[in-house]
Amino acid sequence: MMKVVRGFYAVAYSVKLCRPDVICAYPITPQSEIVENIAQMYANGELGNCEYITAESEFGAASILVGASATGARTYTATCSQGLILMSEVLWNAAGMRLPIVLTIANRSLSAPLSIWNDHQDSMAMRDAGIIQMYVENNQEVHDMMPQAFKIAENHKVMLPMMVCMDGYKLTHAYEPVDLLNQEMVDEFLPPYDPPVKMTTKDPYTFGSYATPASYMEFRAAVYNAMERSKKIIEDVYKEWAEVSGRNWGGHIVAENCEDADVCVMAMGSLVGLVREVVKELRGEGKKVGFIKIRTFRPFPAEEIAKAVDNCQKIIVFERSLSMGSDAPVTLDVKSAIHKKAIDVYSPVVGLGGRDVPHKLVKSTIEEVIENKAKPGTYFKGLKDYEEVIV
Amino acid sequence: MTLFVAKKNGGVFILLEVRFHGRGGQGVVTSADVLAVAAFKEGFYTLSFPTFGAEKRGTPVASFLRISDKPVVLRDEIYEPDYVVILDPTVMESVNVVSGLKDGGFVVANYPREKELEDKLGVKVFAINATKLAMEYLGRPITNTVMVGAFAGITGIVKLDTLKETIMEWFSKKGEEIAKKNADLVENAYKTLEKRRDEVKKLGLKMPFEVKV
Repeated sequence: MMKVVRGFYAVAYSVKLCRPDVICAYPITPQSEIVENIAQMYANGELGNCEYITAESEFGAASILVGASATGARTYTATCSQGLILMSEVLWNAAGMRLPIVLTIANRSLSAPLSIWNDHQDSMAMRDAGIIQMYVENNQEVHDMMPQAFKIAENHKVMLPMMVCMDGYKLTHAYEPVDLLNQEMVDEFLPPYDPPVKMTTKDPYTFGSYATPASYMEFRAAVYNAMERSKKIIEDVYKEWAEVSGRNWGGHIVAENCEDADVCVMAMGSLVGLVREVVKELRGEGKKVGFIKIRTFRPFPAEEIAKAVDNCQKIIVFERSLSMGSDAPVTLDVKSAIHKKAIDVYSPVVGLGGRDVPHKLVKSTIEEVIENKAKPGTYFKGLKDYEEVIV
Repeated sequence: MTLFVAKKNGGVFILLEVRFHGRGGQGVVTSADVLAVAAFKEGFYTLSFPTFGAEKRGTPVASFLRISDKPVVLRDEIYEPDYVVILDPTVMESVNVVSGLKDGGFVVANYPREKELEDKLGVKVFAINATKLAMEYLGRPITNTVMVGAFAGITGIVKLDTLKETIMEWFSKKGEEIAKKNADLVENAYKTLEKRRDEVKKLGLKMPFEVKV
């Protein structure tokens, strides 16, 4: 049923249909209303036997979910920004312990300075943790992604946490039409969690115990291998979803008009719609431009990207975060993916801390590259005139 | 049916952009949201989202509404609105509310003296004393319902029945009585401004649903 709902609700409703066993969260803007909606469903008795636990912090919330997941429960939380990095110690553990906790990240910038607004710095800070990451462009996609996330994370060949990343405010606070899923369809798509190992009071296990140099490395290699294996599983789940839902969001990436493009433009998250639109306009003006939406960020779809950009000379990556002292995070992976090709990579950093990324800015940024007016590398777009005080 | 804002982009389609200004706590965000829900009921794709300074009552807030006959993919803020709705006149002291207003567009404002505001802003204003009406009906200076009714009334962007139904649903959580009061208030504002639709044409301004033959 198509209905105009807010992003929060699109997530909460979908999570409900996934029949989680334990949800534990701590509120943080702009995520709070996701768990508020879920808490309301819980209070209304709509979540069956699910336990909803309000934690004292994000650290506590993640810790409770680690315990719950180890007992074989389907577990969920939502967070962002400072909340996510407060969880980070626990989430690295969850990945290492191979616990398929599913999270929605309402992407928000990191302090300092304090900002409640959107960019991708928080999830990027979790890049290397062994958590699967994918980014959505609108609220239908995030609604559709929640059942898929559980199915991917809980696959026995994977067994890793998964983050579904949605832009804070731009998506969380937006009202837009969403075709709401129904229980029968989700039940058919997503079987109950079948944990390969679970601990009970009668059958205890140790998770994440001390590993000496004699065994640590094999555990880490196993996490690495699981992430590699997940590439295929994710792709299969995306495909299956397209079949059962009738909505095909594509694979790890969605490449449009790249075959004959001189310039390929990449974006991730809520900026996708605008960038795609601008690329279409430029096509209409006769410019040989292509567009690539990156959906899966971890594992990084290096082969798919290398293939899609095969005929281009320039790549533009719209970056929403930084890696201080190096290129921005997505660029690093894109460069690694094309290292054997002679392609220049341009990395305009836009919209940090919620600064709006207007249509005009996106268009002029791409035009500058087409017209050889920009230099390859990382640079900021949409900066004001400012003076950096060095004392 | 085409709109004056119809853009050619592989075929004609409608994209109507409205910007709302006010202060935190007045329902600026809700205004755009209610209209997004109501316009969807009448068959349009819609998108609404807010921006604000701090999460505090009293700070300037803007919200954005896009209405289209195709799914809305643009999520940047609205820099060249077709219409502007002002919920709180004091916000004009710090925000250029008419920034980028398209030719033929106009302002719908909560203000007691229309002419005075027109002189100040330099554009056509349809004013309604929303604060007074809100105090009368709700006993609180929450001006969003009035302004939603006024904007829909002057532009005809959604039918009164659809809007009232949406308002009833929206406020149902707060109880039947409050929902009814808000629906009555919307009706009052809608009908007050509906009577002035002729002026829009006389002044050469644009209505959203002008049928072109």
